[in-house]
Amino acid sequence: MKLLSYFRGEAFQRGVHPPSCKLTADRPIRRLPFAPRLVVPLSQHIGKPSRPIVRVGEEVVRGQPIAEANGWLSVPQHAPATGVVEAIELRPSARGPWTESIVIRVYEASTQEVLWGAPQDLDAFPPQDIILAVQRTGMVGLGGAAFPSHAKLSVPEGASVETLVVNGCECEPYLTCDHRMMVEHARDLMVGIRHAMRATGASRAIIGVEDNKPEAAAAMRAALPPGGNVFVEEVPTKYPQGSEKMLITALFGVEVPSGKLPLSLGMIVNNVGTLAALGRLLPAGQGLVERVVTVTGPGVGRPGDYRVPLGTPLSFVLDYAGAPASVANDSRQVILGGPMMGQAIASLDVPVTKGVSGVLVFRGEDMAAREGRRTYPCIKCGECVESCPMGLNPSMLGMLALRREYDAMGGQYHLGDCFECGCCTWICPSNIPLVQQFRVAKQILREKAAA
Amino acid sequence: MKASVEIRSAPHIKGPRSVEQIMANVVYSLLPICAFFVYQYGLSAAASILVVTAACLLTERAFVRTGTQAGSLSDFSATITGLLLALTLPPGFPLWMGAVAGISAIALGKALFGGIGFNVFNPALVGRAFVQAAFPAAIATYTPSFLPGRFTEFIPSSLAWPLMAPADTAAWLKAMQYDAMASASPLARWKFEGFVTPAWDLVTSLAGHMAVGPSPLLIVLCGAYLALRRFMDWRIPVAVLGSAGLSALIIYAAFGTKYPDPFFMLFSGGLVLGAVYMATDMATSPVTPRGMWLYGGLIGVLTVMIRYYSGLPEGVMYAILIGNAATPLIERVTQPTPFGKGASIHARKSASYTMHPDYISREEASAKTPKKRFLKNKPKKT
Repeated sequence: MKLLSYFRGEAFQRGVHPPSCKLTADRPIRRLPFAPRLVVPLSQHIGKPSRPIVRVGEEVVRGQPIAEANGWLSVPQHAPATGVVEAIELRPSARGPWTESIVIRVYEASTQEVLWGAPQDLDAFPPQDIILAVQRTGMVGLGGAAFPSHAKLSVPEGASVETLVVNGCECEPYLTCDHRMMVEHARDLMVGIRHAMRATGASRAIIGVEDNKPEAAAAMRAALPPGGNVFVEEVPTKYPQGSEKMLITALFGVEVPSGKLPLSLGMIVNNVGTLAALGRLLPAGQGLVERVVTVTGPGVGRPGDYRVPLGTPLSFVLDYAGAPASVANDSRQVILGGPMMGQAIASLDVPVTKGVSGVLVFRGEDMAAREGRRTYPCIKCGECVESCPMGLNPSMLGMLALRREYDAMGGQYHLGDCFECGCCTWICPSNIPLVQQFRVAKQILREKAAA
Repeated sequence: MKASVEIRSAPHIKGPRSVEQIMANVVYSLLPICAFFVYQYGLSAAASILVVTAACLLTERAFVRTGTQAGSLSDFSATITGLLLALTLPPGFPLWMGAVAGISAIALGKALFGGIGFNVFNPALVGRAFVQAAFPAAIATYTPSFLPGRFTEFIPSSLAWPLMAPADTAAWLKAMQYDAMASASPLARWKFEGFVTPAWDLVTSLAGHMAVGPSPLLIVLCGAYLALRRFMDWRIPVAVLGSAGLSALIIYAAFGTKYPDPFFMLFSGGLVLGAVYMATDMATSPVTPRGMWLYGGLIGVLTVMIRYYSGLPEGVMYAILIGNAATPLIERVTQPTPFGKGASIHARKSASYTMHPDYISREEASAKTPKKRFLKNKPKKT
């Protein structure tokens, strides 16, 4: 079956099928209340951190810019709530190191309306002005990479874009925030697609949705604009379809050449959540102050998709979602993002940032099943080779990593192509932490290259 | 104490597959084959299976105790080695020699290399090769299947005292009024007498008194179970049987009378057992899909060559051992093509969308609409 759909050009090669566990797919998005203090890190995106333009003690209204873009590959930050700037100081971040953040004490009596914003008629804008408008919203890729959207939408000199691919795959288990966005905000999405197409000069847009989300596809089909140049395409569910290269293969039957961007094929890929948010923010001329986060996992009492003000500490999110931290002596794991590629965090003081698509909580007993498994040496079953979407040989890479042959891994065995999707580790019957080894190897190779 | 937060590396979920599960399923799939073997040869076969497997497990245990090995008894891999080894030995093989085979299989074939996953050669075949070199007469002594009284009486050679020569089965058979013919294996009969056993008799192993192993048909069915549940790679058996059949067919077509038909080639001897259970041993076969085809093809051709052009009637064992030895080399030259570095960087015609839209709307009459078969909501041409 797998082979058949591959030859029909409807799937990428290899990949895995982890259980989807989309507990929250049928629940509407709800709003999370404001935490007493919000922490807005200046670096929530790939690129240079923003420059704060407020001072300690200054009052800010919701939606007001509080930090400006520092150069081209950077975005401004907006106040996620009406309140007063309490501090601009180092605060813990998801990645580990403390980063410069703006702390806002929220006015409890405020209505928390977005009061900042200048409605604009984007259809009158030339493409480069749309891109500037996108930068002003502070938008980054909401799928998790947090790459500044305006940089992604701007077509470099000499290249041309024909197709805007809209990524609605959401292949990670548990996560449903994009799914709910597609169902509930299909109209905003179409507005976002229209502006993105104008900004890039694309003549068509194709929304790729995995076929386990039929109601999302139906909602988007119902909202399609009359022009007939936006298509909704269901692709067979498989992990990691949400990787842009895999989605392009599934849609067009072509592989993006190694080391190149989809741009080389005349395509730009954007996440549905990003475009839907743009579709709402751009015409209103507002900034990104909140995002939809899936709070789920076996350790969450009230799982759901929540509209979370940026900067809300995770402890507050988890308390509200029914995963309080007060149970004594209970160990658990909190993951930002999905279970396959998400990042476990060490501190619940970490705020929700623009790139956080999900918060997952696994209890001790959920982890125990995995903990109890022993690790064998590689039995060379070849399952990892048959599941690596990038066509690598994780078995060989893993054995080389044990022997610290990092140069061979990077050169002969194409370690650089690995994007750490986790398929090999998920399938490995010997329970070898392959991705972890690869991450270490890549870091060492990077350091070697820099030295 | 407050609730603690633990950190782990992604991915945070794990597939259901485990080494124990794979190995246990291989053992389950071997049980019907063992039962058939016992049905064919009775008490001696049962004792042989038990003794050889016990020897393998005890040897494994002894090496695991030393702390230098990665495996454990609960991973079932030594059980597989024992069962397979017993199935390749003649049913009347003296039990003490069977124990030697089991011990050498694990000690020389597996433990020496570092235990599970590290072995270069299939341990069961190492054990068999060891006893073939050590006891050439005993390992060539077959008895016919379905002898009366097989469930109450041992084949006399089975019960030889350790380090003693086994009893002569030929005399025992003569007393039971069987000619020596029936106790030669079909391959030996072809090689030394030019007699070709009909292929269908070989497929079921049920046609009267023959010196054959368990039914190839049953082995293929059990292998199909494993392949369907993806506990075994289907490519290797297909490649082994395909290349053996093909090379036998070519030789048969070229020099007809001198050589048997390809069906005889496929179903005689241990080829099917070797292709389905021995060549597919994970640790000793390539991990790369293309390598699996090459490896299987090599084994198939080698088997036919050894059977036809060497002094031995049977060639599967050596073919697989040579294939095992070639595995690292095969893997080296058959690494998978990374994404975006192969021919697939050119668009396939069957894709859902053409790469560069020379149309805007699929509904346009003149639009080049890519055909999507088998799919609902396919675009309609007006």
